[in-house]
Amino acid sequence: MSPGAPGNSLITFQGVTKVYDMGKEQVHALRGIDLHISPNEYISIMGPSGSGKSTLMNIIGCLDTPTGGRYEFEGELVCDVAGDKIYKMDDDQLAGIRNSKIGFVFQTFNLLSRTTALRNVELPLIYAGVPRRERLERAHHSLEQVNLADRAEHRPSELSGGQRQRVAIARALVNNPAIILADEPTGNLDSTTGQEIMALLDNLHHQGNTIILVTHEPVIAAHAHRTIQILDGMIASDVLTTNGQGGQR
Amino acid sequence: MIEVLRIAGAALWAHKFRALLTTLGIAIGIFTVGVVMAIIEGLNTSFSEQISSLGSDVMYIDKRNWFQGRAGWLLHRQRRNIGMDATDYILERAQYISHASPRIYQRGNLKYGDQSLERVAILGVHADMGVITGVDVVAGRYISPIDTKHRKAVAVIGDAVRENLFEFKDPVGRKMTINGRKFLVIGVLDKQGQMLGRNLDNMIYIPAETLLKMFGRRWRNITIAVKASEPGLLAEAQDEVEGIMRRYRKLRPGEENDFAINQQSSLQELYDNATGMLWMVAMGIGSIALIVGGVGVMNIMLVTVTERTMEIGIRKSLGARRRTILWQFLVESMAVSAVGVVVGFGLASATAMFIQKSTPLAARIPPTWGLLGIGVVVVVGLIFGLWPATKAARMDPIEALRYE
Repeated sequence: MSPGAPGNSLITFQGVTKVYDMGKEQVHALRGIDLHISPNEYISIMGPSGSGKSTLMNIIGCLDTPTGGRYEFEGELVCDVAGDKIYKMDDDQLAGIRNSKIGFVFQTFNLLSRTTALRNVELPLIYAGVPRRERLERAHHSLEQVNLADRAEHRPSELSGGQRQRVAIARALVNNPAIILADEPTGNLDSTTGQEIMALLDNLHHQGNTIILVTHEPVIAAHAHRTIQILDGMIASDVLTTNGQGGQR
Repeated sequence: MIEVLRIAGAALWAHKFRALLTTLGIAIGIFTVGVVMAIIEGLNTSFSEQISSLGSDVMYIDKRNWFQGRAGWLLHRQRRNIGMDATDYILERAQYISHASPRIYQRGNLKYGDQSLERVAILGVHADMGVITGVDVVAGRYISPIDTKHRKAVAVIGDAVRENLFEFKDPVGRKMTINGRKFLVIGVLDKQGQMLGRNLDNMIYIPAETLLKMFGRRWRNITIAVKASEPGLLAEAQDEVEGIMRRYRKLRPGEENDFAINQQSSLQELYDNATGMLWMVAMGIGSIALIVGGVGVMNIMLVTVTERTMEIGIRKSLGARRRTILWQFLVESMAVSAVGVVVGFGLASATAMFIQKSTPLAARIPPTWGLLGIGVVVVVGLIFGLWPATKAARMDPIEALRYE
């Protein structure tokens, strides 16, 4: 299977652009991205800061919408902008996709500091309207998956950095998302803890999850099976790494 | 919904002191209105009980208006006194008046055996007064026309006088002294209680003529109590009495009345005006405090929203919809104002209870106030929370997540 092969596509980008209107100046963050991502891929997105990789990540994660091009998620049209014809999901539809299809793992963990690990993990299920009993069950199960069942009642301030990131991963998993989007997941961790987190992500990939990793560290990127380099808002390279089947596209 | 409440509660708890300070304005507003309402409620109860003893179909003709305060009193002092003959003058001419009696006020010292009472109110009246006041005679009889005609030394005593002077003896047929003169007790009145701070039971009634003979008639002003023949004809009776009194006073057309017709309804009117003012002041202070409090709530909510931009970003990234965020902050602002309402309500209730315990005023807060309190919570919370909550709901998730 070669990267970006059509058919059975999870994510499809066609000529996606993003222009930020900064008053008189226009900043072209993305200049036409074509991309296919299939289920159970393990992808790293790399690039220097200002390359547009964060913008790409935000658009994939439905936190932001493109200003041009077409974006389909599991065959569902998120956005289609071509000339005067503009289709965009509204805020609540995007929120719905984020809630049920995407699990975010952030560099800064982004846990609610005043609530316990369990409550944090439970949060996406609250917004999905899952009944309380089932919610707690699933949140517990999710914490078990990251080996933090015994820390369920701890607040983030009572947890180490690695534990916090594991709580965040548990939260990302709890809704059984179609993809896990990890933005510099080891950026705030020491290398040992970073390796632990990467091992956890590797394991999740083994279990059949689709993972997209944004990083600027080659060591971290090497965990993925496919690496996409972004430069100046365009895909500079898209290769399968040694972890995968190998070969330049 | 339960989750939203839980989140709001946790957020408030995290800033208890701030929430409490914020709600002070609302608390003060609710407290002010609550206490004034409780007092008015208490006044209403005792007032209508008290003034009913004046009788709703009874008018008191006097040279001055009872309800005009000090300035009116000074002005009317120069008027001619009303004489004893006015009673018969009215009775002979009026159609709509069934009863009339003079009412002469005097203070005197009572004595029976070794018991004595000083400066007791003595009212000189005619037989008709019994009907006009409508008080039951529980023992003996009331003053009769014969008593007045012959200026008999007889007295009808109030309940407090009976209790203090005669204790457990039956006073009827016994002789007590008024300022040293012997009077035969012929009747005892039923207990009446208080009117506007005056104990109606600590009084005795004697024939008006007897009183004048004993205490002198010079410089003496007389009030005449008249009762309408039918309660429904009070207005006609008033017009009629006014005309008769003008003739009695020999006033020319166009000349001002030099007497006043006082009645329960004018007292009620005075009272309503006074409490109405009280009401309006309380409402004014209350609504200003509520607005100030509401602005405080809005301010604190704006601060909260800004402070928690990151949290909003996280919630949005996890799939919270606009409506969800909006409600989260609306419920929070309602909860803040609810704290204010509860605090204000609690303080007002405690104060009302204190007033009730320590004064004769039956101050109380009507239970419907609970409902009103809930209404205030909803309205203040919604109005002043809407802008901050909308601001939160409309935040861009990416910018919110980047916020430091």
